[in-house]
Amino acid sequence: MNELLLLMKNELMVTAIIFLLLFIKVGKGMSNDRLLPLVQTLLLANLVLGCFFNQEGSLFGNMYHTTPLIALQKSILGLGVYLISLVCSDWLKKTEHLAEFFLLMLSALLGMYLLISGGNLLIFYLSLELATIPVAAMANFDLDKKRSSEGAMKLILSSAFSSGILLFGISLIYGITGTISFSELPQLADGSSLFIMAFIFLFSALAFKLSIVPFHLWTADVYEGAPVPVTAFLSVVSKGAVAFVLMTVLYKVFQPIESTWYLLVVILSVASMLIGNLFAVRQQNIKRFLAFSSIAQVGFILVGVSSGDIGSSTAVVYFVLVYLFSNLAAFGVATVIAAYSGKENINDYKGLYQTNPFLSWVMALALFSLAGIPPTAGFFGKLFLLTAGGSKGSYIYLLIAALNMIISLYYYLRVVRAMFMDKNETPVPAIQTGASAKLGLIICGIGIVLTGMMGWIYDYIQSLH
Amino acid sequence: MNLLLLLGAPLLTAVAVLLCRNKQQVRWIALAGSFVQLLFALGLLVTFRAERSAGEAAQMLFEQNFPLIDALNIHFHIGVDGISVSMILLTALVVTAGVLVSWNIEKMTKEFYFLLILLALGAYGFFISLNLFVLFFFLEISVVPKYLLIGIWGSGKKEYSANKLVLMLMMGSGLIIVGMLGLYFSGGHDFDIMNLAAAQIPSDRQNLIFPFMFLGFGVFTALFPLHTWVPDGHSSAPTAGSMFLAGISMKLGGYGCLRIAVYLLPEGAKEYANIIIVLSSIAILYGAFVTMMQKDLKYINAYSSVSHVGFSLLAIGMLTQTAITGALMQMISHGLMTALFFAVIGMIYDRTHTRMVDEMGGLMKVMPFITTVLFLVGLCSLGLPGLSGFVAEMTVFVGSWENDTVFHRVATIAAAMSIVVTAVYILRAIGKTAMGPVTNTEHLQLKDACWNEKMAAIILLAGILSIGLAPGWLNELLTPGAEIIVNRIAGK
Repeated sequence: MNELLLLMKNELMVTAIIFLLLFIKVGKGMSNDRLLPLVQTLLLANLVLGCFFNQEGSLFGNMYHTTPLIALQKSILGLGVYLISLVCSDWLKKTEHLAEFFLLMLSALLGMYLLISGGNLLIFYLSLELATIPVAAMANFDLDKKRSSEGAMKLILSSAFSSGILLFGISLIYGITGTISFSELPQLADGSSLFIMAFIFLFSALAFKLSIVPFHLWTADVYEGAPVPVTAFLSVVSKGAVAFVLMTVLYKVFQPIESTWYLLVVILSVASMLIGNLFAVRQQNIKRFLAFSSIAQVGFILVGVSSGDIGSSTAVVYFVLVYLFSNLAAFGVATVIAAYSGKENINDYKGLYQTNPFLSWVMALALFSLAGIPPTAGFFGKLFLLTAGGSKGSYIYLLIAALNMIISLYYYLRVVRAMFMDKNETPVPAIQTGASAKLGLIICGIGIVLTGMMGWIYDYIQSLH
Repeated sequence: MNLLLLLGAPLLTAVAVLLCRNKQQVRWIALAGSFVQLLFALGLLVTFRAERSAGEAAQMLFEQNFPLIDALNIHFHIGVDGISVSMILLTALVVTAGVLVSWNIEKMTKEFYFLLILLALGAYGFFISLNLFVLFFFLEISVVPKYLLIGIWGSGKKEYSANKLVLMLMMGSGLIIVGMLGLYFSGGHDFDIMNLAAAQIPSDRQNLIFPFMFLGFGVFTALFPLHTWVPDGHSSAPTAGSMFLAGISMKLGGYGCLRIAVYLLPEGAKEYANIIIVLSSIAILYGAFVTMMQKDLKYINAYSSVSHVGFSLLAIGMLTQTAITGALMQMISHGLMTALFFAVIGMIYDRTHTRMVDEMGGLMKVMPFITTVLFLVGLCSLGLPGLSGFVAEMTVFVGSWENDTVFHRVATIAAAMSIVVTAVYILRAIGKTAMGPVTNTEHLQLKDACWNEKMAAIILLAGILSIGLAPGWLNELLTPGAEIIVNRIAGK
């Protein structure tokens, strides 16, 4: 029993918060001004607790499995949710259904925790669903906006479709090998064409969640329609979780057919980088812009994933951490501006530096980090991913990735130019950012600057393997 | 001397500038900071010479090595040889002069100086690092501030130029990343330049990596045909930005070509030397002829930079010791000369509000100090003995002539002929602006240089004259480094 408590402490903690919120909701209820700090405190407690007493162990006959590395991955996701609750607090305070919002978000987070820890395909499928369905409800949270409903509809329909494909893949795998346990699958995998087909089905379900090209078509519409905190959650936490589980699946379960998935990953990553980048160039809406940029970023993550050794797993975990800070800073600024002025277009950001220097600097820092410009952490993250990807010795692949960094720099600079250089008769008026949003942005900013400088973080992640 | 001082001084200055409350404070702190940097650079020169004359024979002096990331074997390894010392000195001189000539910037003064000092930090870090990863980090640091400097404080079609510049430089960086990872995996998972130099990298691998490295750094140093960012970038940038771009940024590329591409990949350098020679000869002649057609003083200097930097690339392609020493001298001489040229152009533009040669005339009568400096720098550009340009170009040509094949001789002669063209465009431009009657009567009211401009000009002129009149000290600094590179090429 003690072991259960200790190993599953992240999940139990999140469940406890969910129940607490539920009781508050069905009970007397609470005003947003009191509920939000409470949730923030609980999330922080969850985060802090996640950092201690981490050990390796399995439960329920290997259906649940955890290691210090997995615990770290969970902490990173927890940090993401905590930061979202901070940077988006200006929007969250105004929403009518705050308790429900966090109920859904934490349910999805619980699903992600179980997904990372899952030890067989059944848990894998269930937790993936748990991580998806609440998000679809969240995407619909701007109740009076048509676009929001449209995005949610798209998300739920395409999720259902991808779940179907996933189930089909799982049934094929079970048919071939007679097992659904991650630890037994590698020995029983025969590498037959049917097995490879099953793998492709399973991979496409994950690719859908990561919005890898060509499974990305839902991304832009959902990102644009959903409220900014939901978009931030989708693009950072959800993607991070799936990137982590993708590595487990590829490196452990499908290790016997490595040469097959290597090729697949390389092709899809090149496609994601190119298409994400090229589409991002033309976007006007900042959320659509960040949606396409995140597709390109995932393509970049796949560069690291592709080589399949310890170095690549370390680089991906490190990059997700960096990406979390950078993307949440960008979304944070976007949500502050959207919450106060309702403006979401890049053209509206013109002259922002004159009125809101703090927000402009945070945004610029975030964009530089996304583009991989030093001294921000994004530079280190991208270089480590490239180093990991380079160990297979494919220089053309590296060159394509490096050249994609140039395209991405071009469109990130568009926003920087709008904020710092372009003149505007009616810029966004000076905004009094709320204290917790400011705190969140400052944490993100510090994360962006310091994560890269502190090389021991990378060493630490490596040491957990 | 502790090399970390060279990083600490600009870093502290940048932070102090951010904390300032008014523009006057910002200016004085930036100036004080850059003077401290200049003092450190001079101190480095003195202590370096003292160590060397005391018989210290190690290739790099003042080395420091801290582990950064053990898992990837990345170390913060810094150290200097004569080449780096002279480059650091160049950086310090140009940055100090840049701070001085930007004295009158009123628009977002704090941000301007912050970015300028960030650029300096990148350059110092680049020249002292002995680890590819660290070197690349500092190289990249100095890219984005240029975008903001040109985009915010520039003139003309500044946004186009800023975009073009930063994207082309990023393309160079992209190539360098690939080359860097190639070296990392071929050289036993190490980024350390000294270890990579000792590692045996097979020559087919060298031939594969060399183009990435050389083209990558070549973009920074305006290797033909990757030079197109130079004219637009230089002419749109604010004065201090142009000074930094032409004076230091292009030298980052040249230094990288030599220290990384040629030194670490000598077999690759031999393989591609002829291509480098052809490209740089084209750059020299093409740059010179295009300059003849320019009417804008900044464009004149920008295109002539393409031509002049071509000399150092040509010399690198020649692969003899004298030529490589000449290449380095040309980098330093060109850095000082072109920075001063841009400074003077900036001073003239501030007064006349035009950079068009045709709209000026007889400025000698109105502002004698500025035009005298313009004359001196022009003469340096066309290689008058007694100024640094002559020393550098002479060394380049002598070194190039040491190769006795027809191909090398033809390239050398072609490059030497460009000097005639240089004389034509320089004398024509300066003659029109400075001599003759004052064409525009409004110009009669203009004032001559004020204290900060005089000081900037004197600082850079001191560098030019000290190389031109007594080149021995620079030669002493550069030759040992060049010798090591050439020995590696010769396989010793």
